Amino acid sequence: MATHTPHSLPDAPLSAATEAAAATKIVSMPIGIPGYTLHEEQRTVPASEPPVLPVNSDLNFIGKSLPRWDGRAKVTGSARYTADVQLPGMLYACFVNSSLPHARVLSVDTTAAESHPGVKGVHVIEQVFGNAVLRDPSLERSKLPIVRYAGQPIAAVAAVSPQAAEEAAAKVKVKYEPLPFVVDADLAREPNAPLVFPGAADQAGTAGGGGSEGGIPQTGNVHGPAVRKQGDAEQGFKDADVIVDARYTTQVQTHSALETHGVVADWKPDLLTVYASTQGTASVREELAGYFKIPKSQVRVITEYMGGGFGAKFGAGNPGVVAATLSRKTGAPVRLMLDREEEHLSVGNRPSSDQRLRIGAKKDGTITAIQLISFGTAGCGTGAGCAGPATNLYKWATLHVEENDVFINAGPAAAFRAPGHPQGAFALEQSIDELAARLNMEPLDLRDRIDENPVRRVQRKIIRESAIWKSRNPRPNADPGPIKRGVGLSQSIWYRHLTMNCGAEVRVHKDGSVEVLSAVQDIGSGIKTVLAQILAEQFGVEAAKISVKIGDTNYPVGPNSGGSVTTASLTPAVRDAAWQAARKFLASVAPALGAMPSDLTLSGGMVRSASGKFQPLAFRAAAAKMNVDEVSAQAKRIPDYDPKKYDTYGGIDVAEVAVDTEAGRIHVKHVLSVHDCGRPINPAQVISQINGGVIQGISYTLFEHRLLDPNYGLMVNANLDKYKIAGSYEVPQVEVQLTESYIGQSSTDASGIGEAAGIISVGAAIGNAFHNATGVRIRQLPMTPAVVLAALNQPQPSMESL
Amino acid sequence: MSQHQTPPKDLPEAPSTALTPAGITRRGFLKGAGITAAGTALIEGVQVFQREAVAAAPQNVKEFGPEPFPVTLQINGKAHALQIEPRTTLAEALRIQLNMTGTKVSCDRGVCSSCTVWLDKMPVNSCMTLAIDAVGHHVTTIEGISAADEMHPVQAAFVRHDALQCGFCTPGMVMSCAALLEKNPHPTEADVRYAVSGNLCRCGTYPKVFAATLDAAGQLASKA
Ligand code: FES
Ligand code: FES
Repeated sequence: MATHTPHSLPDAPLSAATEAAAATKIVSMPIGIPGYTLHEEQRTVPASEPPVLPVNSDLNFIGKSLPRWDGRAKVTGSARYTADVQLPGMLYACFVNSSLPHARVLSVDTTAAESHPGVKGVHVIEQVFGNAVLRDPSLERSKLPIVRYAGQPIAAVAAVSPQAAEEAAAKVKVKYEPLPFVVDADLAREPNAPLVFPGAADQAGTAGGGGSEGGIPQTGNVHGPAVRKQGDAEQGFKDADVIVDARYTTQVQTHSALETHGVVADWKPDLLTVYASTQGTASVREELAGYFKIPKSQVRVITEYMGGGFGAKFGAGNPGVVAATLSRKTGAPVRLMLDREEEHLSVGNRPSSDQRLRIGAKKDGTITAIQLISFGTAGCGTGAGCAGPATNLYKWATLHVEENDVFINAGPAAAFRAPGHPQGAFALEQSIDELAARLNMEPLDLRDRIDENPVRRVQRKIIRESAIWKSRNPRPNADPGPIKRGVGLSQSIWYRHLTMNCGAEVRVHKDGSVEVLSAVQDIGSGIKTVLAQILAEQFGVEAAKISVKIGDTNYPVGPNSGGSVTTASLTPAVRDAAWQAARKFLASVAPALGAMPSDLTLSGGMVRSASGKFQPLAFRAAAAKMNVDEVSAQAKRIPDYDPKKYDTYGGIDVAEVAVDTEAGRIHVKHVLSVHDCGRPINPAQVISQINGGVIQGISYTLFEHRLLDPNYGLMVNANLDKYKIAGSYEVPQVEVQLTESYIGQSSTDASGIGEAAGIISVGAAIGNAFHNATGVRIRQLPMTPAVVLAALNQPQPSMESL
Repeated sequence: MSQHQTPPKDLPEAPSTALTPAGITRRGFLKGAGITAAGTALIEGVQVFQREAVAAAPQNVKEFGPEPFPVTLQINGKAHALQIEPRTTLAEALRIQLNMTGTKVSCDRGVCSSCTVWLDKMPVNSCMTLAIDAVGHHVTTIEGISAADEMHPVQAAFVRHDALQCGFCTPGMVMSCAALLEKNPHPTEADVRYAVSGNLCRCGTYPKVFAATLDAAGQLASKA
């Protein structure tokens, strides 16, 4: 489950360390936050590492808000996404999906579909991806996969046009034996509820997180508890002067990326080429090679541009495997992009939660015990754990966590931007505010006492001094009128997850052009620009002129972009490769310059002779003197310089709301977002991501809600007309302040921001602002007008007081 | 109606089917449905046009389809002859038949405006507009609003302000914002919010979209 511990994502640092351990050097690195805590510390690093980068203000390209490298392609429409790929002879495929939420498929008759004009191939699915899998498969005998949710793909049709495929799909006859189903997580917990699985089942996590560990007990539909106990929590509560105890519930949210899941697969005898809308070219290749039992070298995955994933797009999944199968069958490339309804139903969501959270504290705020018992549904998947914040955000003396997944007949969850954390923080951060009120402490003062993270400490200082926080009336419900203003905050936390298994190649050509190659994909966060900036800094060449070639497994393996790993994992490898390529470059120009390579340096775009042998020479002019046409260097990610020094990332969001207490509407007016991602390589792009996290957080908090009809088991709002996501009218003023912070862990000391920002903390910040406005706690998401009015009319008190 | 029009005489010019009891033709509905938020100001004009057209509807209407038939679409100033089925949407004609994939389809239901193009400068959702209804109009797509080497001021401002992330909503956003500036060279932020109120962006680029559009308006004004 999603109880995070440092470095707990797949591919923990392993072997590279031992190999390179031989030669080391001691360097002095900037540590801390400029303007607050900046100082130098020593690190022992491999001798082959490039020189230490100074702080951003001393650099020319890194740390600057340069224009997005592929911005022009995107605004002019020339950027080619998977959905845009057209290959000669390409067929269009679509799925036949189950209309029932739980059924045994008795037969699939494809005869009529096969003879439909334009149809080239029909495939009946033998293995469904995404759903949890029975530990003991013998508990269920069925030739075809059991349907566990309405919308589960059963078959697929490939035809010469999308229309022909759709018409033919409607002619596929599926014979079902309907099975009893349950789509309500509360009902599913009852002893006689229909069983989603006849025995224990688990869903593996992806590179984005989610899923569950094996071996967790299961009773009926309840998969859990996954228990973590540290110290004696019952004693901790006895030692407490104050206990806050409350129940919080959150809804299921769908990812709703604007480009749906899908691929174009082109099966040739010696090479399967797949254009995929994915967050992990590596993960797609891996899954396809595994499924078809072909060497990885015969699978090529291309993701030049992709239209958003938010955690749901890893692996080939059903669309990838089915499109490849149909391509093999028909001998033609096959495009299979999901439609919007399928996107809501079958490719992931953020699980719900029902949390009982108790916190015990001493009068001075010291936390003596935290207890969290959570239930949540990840549909027919697992991964509803949400104890990350309660476990990791603050210091506690004792901890007792029990996380449970509740199976229902709905599409499986997938990792979704900071898995488990928005749910967990929604509860934790409101209870911490409640605790502060009970202790007569200010929210920031209490957090200062229980959170020692040095970056968060500086961030609270920034918040304290901000206009929005100063404008907060500490007395709740101070406005006399029907529209009440309130300000509240919440902290967030994420982790320094790394993928060691990634690298890049940098090439320098005699004409002065420079390129970087990596299979990494740009999911919209801007890694192309980041890589260009790193090379620009090394070679003194404009970032826009660097050739960035990524999103293709023909290049060195890249990280799967989940859990905010991309920048932290890949950028040091790229910088190392650039540094090594620069050294090879100097060696290749040294003869023509009549110098020893060791006498040469490349900095600020100039080749210089340390001994003053010649006047500084511009990089491009020097390149013309290379004694080969091209030099290149590959580098892999080496382990963090001091991995024992563990750091989290995070920040604080402050929300200002106006609550219309008559209409029940919450208007978010202003959000101040103070966040940390290590060294920001492109601040503008980081800010874009934070804006996005904040807006997605508002959307989650106020609007989004997957609704299932209990009578038929269908999703009733499976398109964007009925599944409301925030639009232009719901966007507040978003003010972002980056805390540039150095931890001395790699040659770039950068990290990601995708998870930490906004999405985790905005819900609780709005909840706390709502309390500040009205004096009432709202412990349920989404905060729709009905929920708001109900809360105002019947405040839910804390369950217990001491 | 343009000179290059192929068989305009044969084509139903305007809603030609009889009025339903409710007084709404199916095609009339699709016309209304295709209009984005930024285009609603023109709905009234469309309705007037429909009433006149219905009054003038010929007695013997020629039917088209379901087989493909030839039409010519005026796109970005160029005539494109193609074979379409009557059910073909403008988005499909652009993306699939003409391989002009700058226009995106995300919901295929008129809710996200990723597919925004202009019909005679009016922004419409091309997923909700039948290709035959575009005959006789000037269609402008994301590929057509900039000159070869120079981006449209709105595009340039989007890049300057980083008003994009994954970029999938971006062509639609640009088309909505550029259409706004065509009509209103001095918009307020509220005007921009209105113009993109139908454009969904899951990456949350809105704050910078507002800033970029206002900046582009300022640049255009200072050039004028
Ligand atoms: S694709 Fe046309 S409005 Fe969404
Ligand atoms: S930039 Fe990704 S949807 Fe708008």
